Amino acid sequence: MDKFRMIFQFFQSNQESFMNGICGIMALASTQMYSAFDFNCPCLPHYNMAYGLGILLVPPFILFLLGFVLNNNISMLAEEWRRPHGQRGKDPAVLRYMFCSMAQRAMIAPAVWVSVTLLDGKCITCAFCTSVPVEALGNASHPLLSQGEIQRVLARIPCKEIYNGQELIANEVAVRYLRCISQALGWCFVLLMTTLAFLVRSLRPCFSQAAFLKSRYWSHYIDIERKLFDDTCAEHARSFAKVCIQQFFEGMSTDLVAARCHLPRKASADMGEASKKLLGITDQGTMNMALKSWHRCKPPLHLHPPDLPSGNGWVGEGQPPVHSSAPRRETAAYYSSV
Amino acid sequence: MDRFRMIFQYFQSNSESVMNGICGLLALASVKMYTCFDFSCPCLPQYNRAYGLGIMFIPPVILFLCGLILNRQSLVMLDEWRRPQGHRKKDLAVIRYMCSSIMQRAMVAPVAWIIVTLLDGKCLICAFSGSMDPEKFVGFANVTPVQLEQLLAKVPCKDDELMRNNMSRKAVSRYLRCWSQALGWSILLILIVAAFLARWLRPCFNQDTLLQARHWSNYIDIEQKIFEETCCEHSRLFAHKCILHFFQSMRQEIKLHSFNLPRQGEGDEGEEDLLQGITDQHQVNKLLKTWYYEKPPLDVS
Repeated sequence: MDKFRMIFQFFQSNQESFMNGICGIMALASTQMYSAFDFNCPCLPHYNMAYGLGILLVPPFILFLLGFVLNNNISMLAEEWRRPHGQRGKDPAVLRYMFCSMAQRAMIAPAVWVSVTLLDGKCITCAFCTSVPVEALGNASHPLLSQGEIQRVLARIPCKEIYNGQELIANEVAVRYLRCISQALGWCFVLLMTTLAFLVRSLRPCFSQAAFLKSRYWSHYIDIERKLFDDTCAEHARSFAKVCIQQFFEGMSTDLVAARCHLPRKASADMGEASKKLLGITDQGTMNMALKSWHRCKPPLHLHPPDLPSGNGWVGEGQPPVHSSAPRRETAAYYSSV
Repeated sequence: MDRFRMIFQYFQSNSESVMNGICGLLALASVKMYTCFDFSCPCLPQYNRAYGLGIMFIPPVILFLCGLILNRQSLVMLDEWRRPQGHRKKDLAVIRYMCSSIMQRAMVAPVAWIIVTLLDGKCLICAFSGSMDPEKFVGFANVTPVQLEQLLAKVPCKDDELMRNNMSRKAVSRYLRCWSQALGWSILLILIVAAFLARWLRPCFNQDTLLQARHWSNYIDIEQKIFEETCCEHSRLFAHKCILHFFQSMRQEIKLHSFNLPRQGEGDEGEEDLLQGITDQHQVNKLLKTWYYEKPPLDVS
């Protein structure tokens, strides 16, 4: 029990740092993903914006969902939300606390992706190159070019190798301009996110500290209770299995004694510890029969009380009333689903 | 119990070093962020200054806020500042001490960013190349004002076709970089001297108040940690009891049908003491509310 206590305390005190660690890993993973990703702007008038904005906004959405999927507590939240009231009321504040803390952690990796994308500048350059102010930065009065032509030329700005509009607007000037805007947006985004996080964290003690302490306590409690329940069930299953198997071997041994008229060795008073554990099965043939019997005809999930001598434990003796097997069946089904 | 004691002693002696470690990591992260960041001056007259000064000052604000967010003690300090008085008076000196130590640690990373920026020089060159006096530089002397503005704005961009081999561009660039590095080193020197003096002269002023403030700020921090640990321990025991009751009621039902479960571990009487008679939801809520609204007096005699 002490070992359990130590482990639970470790998880409890370190659950926050464990979840923060996962957040940090996901943020690093999103940075790595971005640098590994081979960005290829299509350099065509209508496709640029879709591609650029798609790369800016779709992966964060995927990372956000992934943040929820990887969080073990999502199943705990769903269970608590959907359970019937029974004898224990539901506190919506606890559910809100659990959801908020999960959502906050899941937001970190998408925010990192968006910041890195904006600070790098390729996406915005690709998406908005056709909106560059040519009048201010280049020669707007270039003859012989219709509006559509100009758009096509501007769309090739991100692709330096095929850019042919140097007289219209210099490629470096346009790229620098777009990158400047992108980096400004990136830093503003990071500042906004950091300010929001700071406000959320620092305004809480000013307003609802008592309610927060309550929600935090009960959400930890629900988590611990679930883990303890699983462990208690596992312990129970172990004991159940042990008694079941012991009764099987006892049944076998009694049966063999009746069939072969061996002296019941169990009655010997000076039996050693090891001999007792042999449960009356002392030769190869008997052991083989026991194993065959275990495979072909497993005993029922029904432990008889020790004062009632049981005969053929595995052939199916007097069965208990049917409805009492229902709780056993449910328990067994629960174990197997675990 | 011994293990608890060991862990708490570790926290007590090392909460300062944990915070110093976080502070150092954030400073290293800020230097790394600067080297990874691809500085690209727009080289346009209206945008240069905004970009240059923006890169110099916005990330420090972000780093400062990060330093406050990542520091656990800031929450403890806010809690202590905003709590109702209850049975325990509030000592403003302690709150001031905690606030100043949090601010000092949070300032390290922004200062590191600003100094690295100044020593590198790119930001200042980008921001102030447009304000140079053309008389000092030969290549810009006989140019119309509009052209001058454009040319000066392009100085930070080495690869621009107009600026590729322009000697005056290099002169302006070196001039601004020199100023930038001088500013950077001066700021660093001033800060180090100030820190040195503050640490050396501190024992001359109010040392006993300082010792008290430091002791009680450590105490508040540890008390908060121990409260959280005790709540965890309590919730674990609460859950344990709850589940045992559940299994016992199941066992009673099953006993009616001659179905003997192997005996579970017996309920520990020792755990009754740890639960201290708090065995249902309303009692726990009342406990938490009372802890917040009326902290007990600092008197355990």
